[in-house]
Amino acid sequence: MRLVRRGHEPAWLPVAAVAVAVLVTVALSAIPIRLAGANPRAAFERYLLVPLSSTLGLYEVMLTATPLLFTGIAVAIAFRAGYWNIGAEGQFLMGAVGTTAVALNAPDLPSWAALPLGFVAGGLGGLAWAWLPAWLKRRGAIDEVVTTLLLNPVALLVVQGLLNGPWRNSETGFTDSDRFGAGYDLPPLISGSRVHWGFGVAVVIVVITWFVFTKTAVGMQIRASGQAPDAAKFSGIPVARLRFRSALVSGAVAGAGGASQVMGVQHQLTQGISNNYGYTGIIVATLAALSPVGVVLVAVLLADIAVGAENVSLVLQVPTQLGAIFAALLLLTVLSAMELRHYRLARSGRRRHGATPVSAEEAS
Amino acid sequence: MTPTRPLLELSGITKRFGDLVANDAVSLSVASGEVVAMLGENGAGKSTLMKIVYGLVRPDGGTITMDGRPLDISSPRDAMAAGIGMVTQEFSLVETMTVTENVALSSVGLGRVDVRAARQRVVDAMDRVGVQIEPERLISTLSIGERQRVEIVKALFHECRVLILDEPTAVLTPQDVRALFETVQRLRRTGLGVLFVSHKLREVAEISDRVVVLRRGSLVGERATAEVTTHELASLMMGGTAPEEDVASAVGLPVAEVPEEAPVAPREGAGTAERRPVLILTDVTLERPGRPALDHLTFEVRPGEIVGLAGISGNGQTELMNVLGGVELPTSGRVEVDGAAVTRLDVRGRLDAGLGRLTEDRRGSVVPQLSVEHNLVLEDLPSFTRRGMLDKAAIRAHAEEVIRRFDIRATPTDPVSSLSGGNMQKVLLARALSRRPKVLVAAQPTRGLDVGAYRYVHEQLHELRDTGAGVLVISEDLDELRSLCDRILVLFRGAITGGLPVAEATSERLGAMMTGESVEV
Ligand SMILES: Nc1ncnc2c1ncn2[C@@H]1O[C@H](COP(=O)(O)OP(=O)(O)OP(=O)(O)O)[C@@H](O)[C@H]1O
Ligand SMILES: [Mg+2]
Repeated sequence: MRLVRRGHEPAWLPVAAVAVAVLVTVALSAIPIRLAGANPRAAFERYLLVPLSSTLGLYEVMLTATPLLFTGIAVAIAFRAGYWNIGAEGQFLMGAVGTTAVALNAPDLPSWAALPLGFVAGGLGGLAWAWLPAWLKRRGAIDEVVTTLLLNPVALLVVQGLLNGPWRNSETGFTDSDRFGAGYDLPPLISGSRVHWGFGVAVVIVVITWFVFTKTAVGMQIRASGQAPDAAKFSGIPVARLRFRSALVSGAVAGAGGASQVMGVQHQLTQGISNNYGYTGIIVATLAALSPVGVVLVAVLLADIAVGAENVSLVLQVPTQLGAIFAALLLLTVLSAMELRHYRLARSGRRRHGATPVSAEEAS
Repeated sequence: MTPTRPLLELSGITKRFGDLVANDAVSLSVASGEVVAMLGENGAGKSTLMKIVYGLVRPDGGTITMDGRPLDISSPRDAMAAGIGMVTQEFSLVETMTVTENVALSSVGLGRVDVRAARQRVVDAMDRVGVQIEPERLISTLSIGERQRVEIVKALFHECRVLILDEPTAVLTPQDVRALFETVQRLRRTGLGVLFVSHKLREVAEISDRVVVLRRGSLVGERATAEVTTHELASLMMGGTAPEEDVASAVGLPVAEVPEEAPVAPREGAGTAERRPVLILTDVTLERPGRPALDHLTFEVRPGEIVGLAGISGNGQTELMNVLGGVELPTSGRVEVDGAAVTRLDVRGRLDAGLGRLTEDRRGSVVPQLSVEHNLVLEDLPSFTRRGMLDKAAIRAHAEEVIRRFDIRATPTDPVSSLSGGNMQKVLLARALSRRPKVLVAAQPTRGLDVGAYRYVHEQLHELRDTGAGVLVISEDLDELRSLCDRILVLFRGAITGGLPVAEATSERLGAMMTGESVEV
């Protein structure tokens, strides 16, 4: 058996590929779940269905999805333009730093001023962190994959430095910042739940992105720059400039995610403010095939699994990390399926070596 | 030369793309030592059929046999192993590798590569085919014409019993076509069967034993070349009756022999000469390691004239196109479009100054994943945008109009990657022409176009000229240049070696200039 490239791909093929990938993921992750001593069926039910079957669970999923929406759409914006921003993690952290800087210096602002200011400061923080790699890429053609990635741990060091120094908690002395003033608390989006307005902001950003991608001339230019940069240049599209700007927008959106997380959830800057949201954002964007609608679906799916994983670990006494294994397996299988769908299996060419049963025309 | 038993036989080959039937139960055979030519309009399904035989496309039905034995071809490797070689219409060379590496690439297994032996085998193969290219050169430094030759060498590198050539002559000079045909004749005497796709009836008449005609996916005719008239072939291809002129251009008659298309002398008169040229190149030099690619290139194109730039590919055509298009900056010199210096402007600036371009590199000019309608407006987005928003209705209307006018076999929403070669070329041409440029620079404007489209493009270029624009046509095809242009310049080693009004531009004189003999303008 070997793989052979398909000529034509029917329209249902991508859908089928994803379905197969999900089945394979389920089958594969059954093994570690079994090893951890739980019933895989019960576990899957809890991973996928239980969180979505109660209002409370649903709220929890929305809350968990919020930072992933920010980072997912941020990465999608950059990737669409052909700019490989791996630095959403650092940009998210610097967004949180930006918001914190404002919140600590003007703690008593009323919320009508504090909240917009917090988001703007967060966006600027992320943008600033995205600027250097984007500039290096544009001026010096320095590979952004390396520079954006390497700036992530630097951002974490900045956060830790600030928390160990000037922003150390003045009451407890712990390495997290003081609690923000009440004006900086993002109000709940749904009263009585922990879902905050950050979710609303994220959805608005996703909708705007969808609009720009599909309806505007800039969106089409970005697509062309990402898919066929030479042809785009040939058509007079300023590819380098578009990529630069997309990189900055991407950083700003990731930074806004950081703002949303400090103002909506933690209400103070902590070292663990980004729970690898930036990296998960890459997974979200990639699984979503860089489509804004897809980002929403995937972010919710991953949040569902994450919330489910909490539940599973409590009820079935297995490690939470199984949820991460599940998500990682899903990424691998979906990506493999998306690539493998271009091929089909063929029986190896027995006839190629003339090993076919000797027939009449051999003699003729 | 009577063909013996059939070597390769296709029967009932069917291929659908969604609703479109690209091949409809096509059956044909090629015998050892036989050259079968295949004709058909753009989008008739020729390339699809060839790709099926070569394992690049999987058929929905039908069988392929070699020597009467059924083949299961599911990849080019299978095809090669079965003794089938192919030169595809769009190239498949690795740009960053040398000629040797590219040719030897497909035969490299997991073991050690004996570079010296491979090089020798490649050189031998090139001798056999009659192609002279430095084996150490990088593909990226080769012109399109040279790349095509490497493709042919690559196809013949393997033990090959049936050779498929999909529009191999589209970019070759007449001399190279000669050489290729001689090679084909030589190879056929050794028993090679050849399937040859072309739009040029004259070539078909010269090289083939048998002609098959595809129309909208079906085989509509099969004739012995010796017994068929070009007129009959043209009617078969187009269905119904073909206009006389189309037949003439299909045969490739130089225009001088087709009365109403002969260049009109007065155009050269006072009227145009006094008007400011729309394109002026002054001492344009582009340095390259070794010798300059463009060497103090100086010429001009006046409004209302079509200037042909003849020359063997590799003498600076690609570089000139890059410098004119704004993709590459010249080392020194000056370029003016419609009175404005554009030497330092980017692509956008040049487009705005009134420059239109049609390059020989299709792949580098379209975004394959984008739809036909979006590719059509890519250069001119501001006109199809209202307050930053794409004007969907206008874009659709424009695409439908262009598709109708240029008879493009596609819908506005098809991704360009699914178009046949000729249809892709039509999209590019339509894009360049619909902006009404002041000067159009076109490289191989009719490459791969069928008879009807060929004539249509010439008409369009003439019309553009008659509205006062200047046109520069870069081509290796002297017949085409003579039928299209008012004046022909010759490019040799990056400089103009001379120019002739079309009436004096005989093949002999142009040929001499193309190899470096200077002739007074
Ligand atoms: N992958 C594909 N998906 C959808 N449609 C396709 C695909 N490949 C080819 N087609 C369509 O099939 C038809 C036949 O295409 P094909 O390339 O075989 O034409 P052709 O005869 O070689 O034309 P040309 O002379 O222009 O090269 C065209 O209408 C083309 O748009
Ligand atoms: Mg074709």
